[in-house]
Amino acid sequence: MALLEIENLVVEFETAGGMFRAVDGVSMSVDRREVLAIVGESGSGKSVSMLAVMGLLPWTAKVFADRMMFDGVDLLKISPQDRRKLVGKDMSMIFQEPMASLNPCFTVGFQIEEVLQVHMGMDRAQRRARAIELLTLVGISDPAERLISFPHQLSGGQCQRVMIAIAIACNPKLLIADEPTTALDVTIQKQILDLLVGLQEKYGMGLIMITHNMGVVAETADRVIVQYKGRKMEEADVLSLFENPKSNYTRALLSALPDNATGDRLPTIDNFLIEADSSAINLPMMEPPL
Amino acid sequence: MVRFFFGRLAVLIPTFIGVSIIAFAFIRLLPGDPVALLSGERVMSPERHAEISAQLGLDRPIVIQYLDYLWGVLQGDFGTSISTKQPVLTQFMDLFPATLELSFCAIVFAVVLGIPAGVFAAIKRGTLWDQSIMGTALIGFSMPIFWWGLLLIILFSGILQWTPVSGRISLMFFFPPVTGFMLIDSLLSGQAGAFKSAVSHLILPTIVLGTIPLAVIARQTRSAMLEVLSEDYVRTARAKGLSAFRVVGVHALRNAMIPVVTTIGLQVGVLLAGAILTESIFSWPGIGKWMVDSVFRRDYPVIQGGLLMIAGIIMLVNLVVDLLYGLINPRIRH
Amino acid sequence: MADAVANTPGPVSPGPSSVDPSRSARFAEFWFYFSENRGAVVGLFFFLFLIVLAVFAPLIAPHAPNAQYRDAVLVPPFWQEGGSAAYLLGTDAVGRDILSRLIYGTRFSLFIGVIVTTLSLVGGIFLGVIAGYFRGWVDTVIMRVMDIILAFPSLLLALVLVAVLGPGLTNAMIAIALVFQPHFVRLTRAAVMVEKNRDYVVAAKVAGAGPLRLMFSTILPNCMAPLIVQATLSFSSAILDAAALGFLGMGAQPPTPEWGTMLAEAREFILRAWWVVTLPGLAILLTVLAINLMGDGLRDALDPKLKRS
Repeated sequence: MALLEIENLVVEFETAGGMFRAVDGVSMSVDRREVLAIVGESGSGKSVSMLAVMGLLPWTAKVFADRMMFDGVDLLKISPQDRRKLVGKDMSMIFQEPMASLNPCFTVGFQIEEVLQVHMGMDRAQRRARAIELLTLVGISDPAERLISFPHQLSGGQCQRVMIAIAIACNPKLLIADEPTTALDVTIQKQILDLLVGLQEKYGMGLIMITHNMGVVAETADRVIVQYKGRKMEEADVLSLFENPKSNYTRALLSALPDNATGDRLPTIDNFLIEADSSAINLPMMEPPL
Repeated sequence: MVRFFFGRLAVLIPTFIGVSIIAFAFIRLLPGDPVALLSGERVMSPERHAEISAQLGLDRPIVIQYLDYLWGVLQGDFGTSISTKQPVLTQFMDLFPATLELSFCAIVFAVVLGIPAGVFAAIKRGTLWDQSIMGTALIGFSMPIFWWGLLLIILFSGILQWTPVSGRISLMFFFPPVTGFMLIDSLLSGQAGAFKSAVSHLILPTIVLGTIPLAVIARQTRSAMLEVLSEDYVRTARAKGLSAFRVVGVHALRNAMIPVVTTIGLQVGVLLAGAILTESIFSWPGIGKWMVDSVFRRDYPVIQGGLLMIAGIIMLVNLVVDLLYGLINPRIRH
Repeated sequence: MADAVANTPGPVSPGPSSVDPSRSARFAEFWFYFSENRGAVVGLFFFLFLIVLAVFAPLIAPHAPNAQYRDAVLVPPFWQEGGSAAYLLGTDAVGRDILSRLIYGTRFSLFIGVIVTTLSLVGGIFLGVIAGYFRGWVDTVIMRVMDIILAFPSLLLALVLVAVLGPGLTNAMIAIALVFQPHFVRLTRAAVMVEKNRDYVVAAKVAGAGPLRLMFSTILPNCMAPLIVQATLSFSSAILDAAALGFLGMGAQPPTPEWGTMLAEAREFILRAWWVVTLPGLAILLTVLAINLMGDGLRDALDPKLKRS
């Protein structure tokens, strides 16, 4: 049984101009110990699907699915109290802007120990010990001093490490990383990615990596899902995707990589859609992006 | 943090000097003879005029007069009231506790009702709850408070006869003031019914004085909460599986309170302005009423001294609020 | 894009006073957002109604505001026992028709609002632009003076100023305008400091614009949004403060039918004749409420993330 199973997920938002469909019939599954990358451009709905799984969407969002199971638990029928027991403990998420994702009014130690208190019921001494352990695990030096620091005293990379520490504090089965390195310096990006992959291997977590960077996909993923405008364009293991992309859109994405950009004119999505080529996934006519 | 404190203090000193200059100059700006204005004696023989002039130091250069005045102020001499012949400072200290007690109750009223109302309106954004709370706040904010006071008197004192019309405590009770705060003194006096009387006299003035701060605080809290609730760190708190109560009450509220604390501090100035009207309506013997009476009685030393002292209090409160802001905003504290 | 349309010669050439299409398009957009707020639209219509009342007061009011009817003293409103259709909202202690006085009072309230807001805007903008543009010691001096004004509670300062200048409506308006200065100065200064460093200002400077032109022609128009919102707020606050001064006897003097002054005269009758007290205050409340509703709507329509000073 897969760790996370999603079948035909649809997410719609109430907007002033009617219902807007951000995710349109996406299906996927993730196993334990597996790294799945969801790749696509901005607006493809990749973050929204994962936020729907975590239950973090605003009240204007409506979520429908044929099936959404996490570790045998039906996420569609779960009560809010039970969901809160899962989220942050067995299933956790880290986000794109690490500095903004930490509460500026509380110390780093407080924010890490909070999850330990709520989910694991540890006492003060245990929490502090575990917090120091976690900070060391994510590669932060002087962990005892960092505990009493505030987020604005840390760099972006350090903040993301703290976020990761919070996310793995209760040994989750699944970790969702939503563009974790996009807002960081290039040199730090590699460190954070290595950290994530290292932790995933060490603890045997399922890891979902959401990104728009094909390089990140190549570095980290076992399997890849390509999303565009709320729909799944292609799903394959990472090697097959790069060597033999089946969908037009995937080809367009790959051709946009700097390494592949040769010749005098860069191709756009249009060039790939004009060819009346049937792709592996059956789709209605795609409009070119605006 | 220490640097922050001294920075704020440094700004305060020139402001205080400016305020004292205004208070000092105010009498000289009035039409009429300063000697007559300050002493209250209208008709004087030339000798008496010269005598008082020398006594009050009015025959010396204006800069010396100002420095003298400032020196006196720093030692606690704010002049002598024309009508009561008492030192202004003494009268102020006698009457200030009444205003302080009323203002304190009003701000507690405003905060205890206003912040939860604002938080609730923010959580229930767009619903009928939100619109009614904000609508009520807008009405409270748009009301002339002297009219509101009169209306409440008509309703509660006139028609329902639940509350008294004026004063701090029923005339039946008399006990020597210990702290000057009627609520405390009535308890200390041990007389039956005294505390109840003090409370019933406080209710209407507190509501009237506290209405505008309540409306402002509710609106500010709502807008601060709405901004905070859309921040990333609130999403992180939810992603940790924390209860809605904890997300809003701990994570969001703490951040939303930072701008709201500044607003609350600014309300002190509003309160002192509002006290003028409220105390007039309820015959509340505080400094607001004292100032209005002095303006009518042309008791210029009182007006001058009162201006300076009230401005001083407001500046002090602003300093405290600034410090408090520095304390609760970690970005400044560290 | 709109400019391209405007500059293309069309079949019908516009008249000498051609309207800039982008401005009317902006107004249309502004109206779209403003009209979404029902409260703001209601406020606007009520305000227009008040303007009509003020302008046509002699035609609308049934009686002259200061006419005293000795035989109709303290007559209750027409729906109460003892009321009369001749005096729809009753009469006051010297037999003057309250409805007529309220209608004429609209003139005073609107007048107060306009004068005070104009004075505060003009003074505040002038000082704020200078402070924000030149910075340095000019800025420091101006802001210190503003701090000094802010150190006093507004009503107290206005009261003392009126005591110095003498009671009366004109002096009350001057005093209130002075008390409002710091808010406008701060707001303008903050906006100018932000705009000063933007590229279009640098471009204008390079093109040879002198400081005066830069300050008032280039930068100022782009700072108007928060100022407009603050102006509506001070319009309503001016009416409230003038009424408060009138209530204390320091504003408009009797027999002027200013709503606050009417309340001062009525105070002793609160338990006997509720209408003399309730109705003028209600007029103040509705007027101020309407303006505040408009102000809220303006703020949301001009910039959803607008912050007040």
